[in-house]
Amino acid sequence: MGLEEKLPSGVLLTTVEGVAGYFRKASFWPATFGLACCAIEMMTSGGPKYDMARFGMEVFRASPRQADLMIVAGRVSQKMAPVVRQIYDQMANPKWVLAMGVCASSGGMFNNYAIVQGVDHVVPVDMYLPGCPPRPEMLIDAILKLHDQVQTTKLGANRLAQIEELENAGLRALPTSDMKGLLR
Amino acid sequence: MSDETQGMPENLPAPPGQQEQVGVRRGMFGVSGTGDTSGYGGLVEAISYPGAAERPYGGWFDEVADALEAAARSAGLEHALGSVVVHRGEITFHVRREDLLAVMTALRNDPDLRFEMLVSVSGVHYPDDTGRELHVVYHLLSMTWNRRIRVEVSAPDADPQVPSVVSVYPTADWHERETWDMFGVLFEGHPSLTRILMPDDWPGHPQRKDYPLGGIPVEYKGGTVPPPDQRRSYN
Repeated sequence: MGLEEKLPSGVLLTTVEGVAGYFRKASFWPATFGLACCAIEMMTSGGPKYDMARFGMEVFRASPRQADLMIVAGRVSQKMAPVVRQIYDQMANPKWVLAMGVCASSGGMFNNYAIVQGVDHVVPVDMYLPGCPPRPEMLIDAILKLHDQVQTTKLGANRLAQIEELENAGLRALPTSDMKGLLR
Repeated sequence: MSDETQGMPENLPAPPGQQEQVGVRRGMFGVSGTGDTSGYGGLVEAISYPGAAERPYGGWFDEVADALEAAARSAGLEHALGSVVVHRGEITFHVRREDLLAVMTALRNDPDLRFEMLVSVSGVHYPDDTGRELHVVYHLLSMTWNRRIRVEVSAPDADPQVPSVVSVYPTADWHERETWDMFGVLFEGHPSLTRILMPDDWPGHPQRKDYPLGGIPVEYKGGTVPPPDQRRSYN
């Protein structure tokens, strides 16, 4: 039929997007910073017992320029919010944000003047991870779910169309601030 | 620590006769009656401060007080010093706010005082203490003499002005900004009195007693957290 028929054995064909997504998700480097107790669980996740290195992300990059993932591990104070935003701005595209724990997701138990009620007021969040603090298994699970998003990220014109589509879906969706009733 | 209190347990509160009671607080978080499941509804607590101390204060307290009074007299500020409180082995000098700068200068420069270091500036809000709602407390340390004292000034809520001591102790710069941020005390003569912890456009001063507790909108999927005085209240 096509090219596949004529290939010798041991050669696999795929798309450039597939390869790029695979490489991106298989070397997914988080930025090194923790804000509170969730950071302890995050460090444990990188340690030998839970071993995030299995998924190609043992290197917590000290420089945001080399990082792909920002794990907001802990409550964000009003004073810290501009710093968190600056770290996010310093990271090179493509970049993802994971709000780890209830404090980073929605303010959690700190419903007071000192804490930003959810880091999504400051940076766009791709994955919310509940828990106080979440277990390392939960963090690894959240990152693996984020891996699926990374794998399916498009390139070039397709990426622009995907951004457009996500933007429209976001505009159509009910804002989280307008949702009423119980947390879901 | 004074000589009299040596060998005694430290940090004992003043006996009831030496306390000044200004009010009574009932319950907690504004909850009253038996509907409160927190168990604090029946709480009755006297709001009291340690009263003014009498001479002799004991130990080096008298030396510091004598030197400070002499320095104030030579500067022509006989009325600068108010009451002196000795409580839990520590001494506090209450100073009129308009004379604060002269007193602090004397405390730093006088060879018998030499309080070289300003350790902390903190604010206190007493909403029931009419006419002196806002207090500013300065913690001083003398490296030369190994002595620690407190200097306290008060200002009414309607006119929350206190002279800045940055010209005497440069370290007071950020401390006074924090006291302004949290309590709304205006420090006259501060080089740049701006908020230090909260965002610049924040309304209110969060550490005041009348600042609402909690109840910040969450804006996350219908999540609401009522303020503590509206929780578990069935009356």
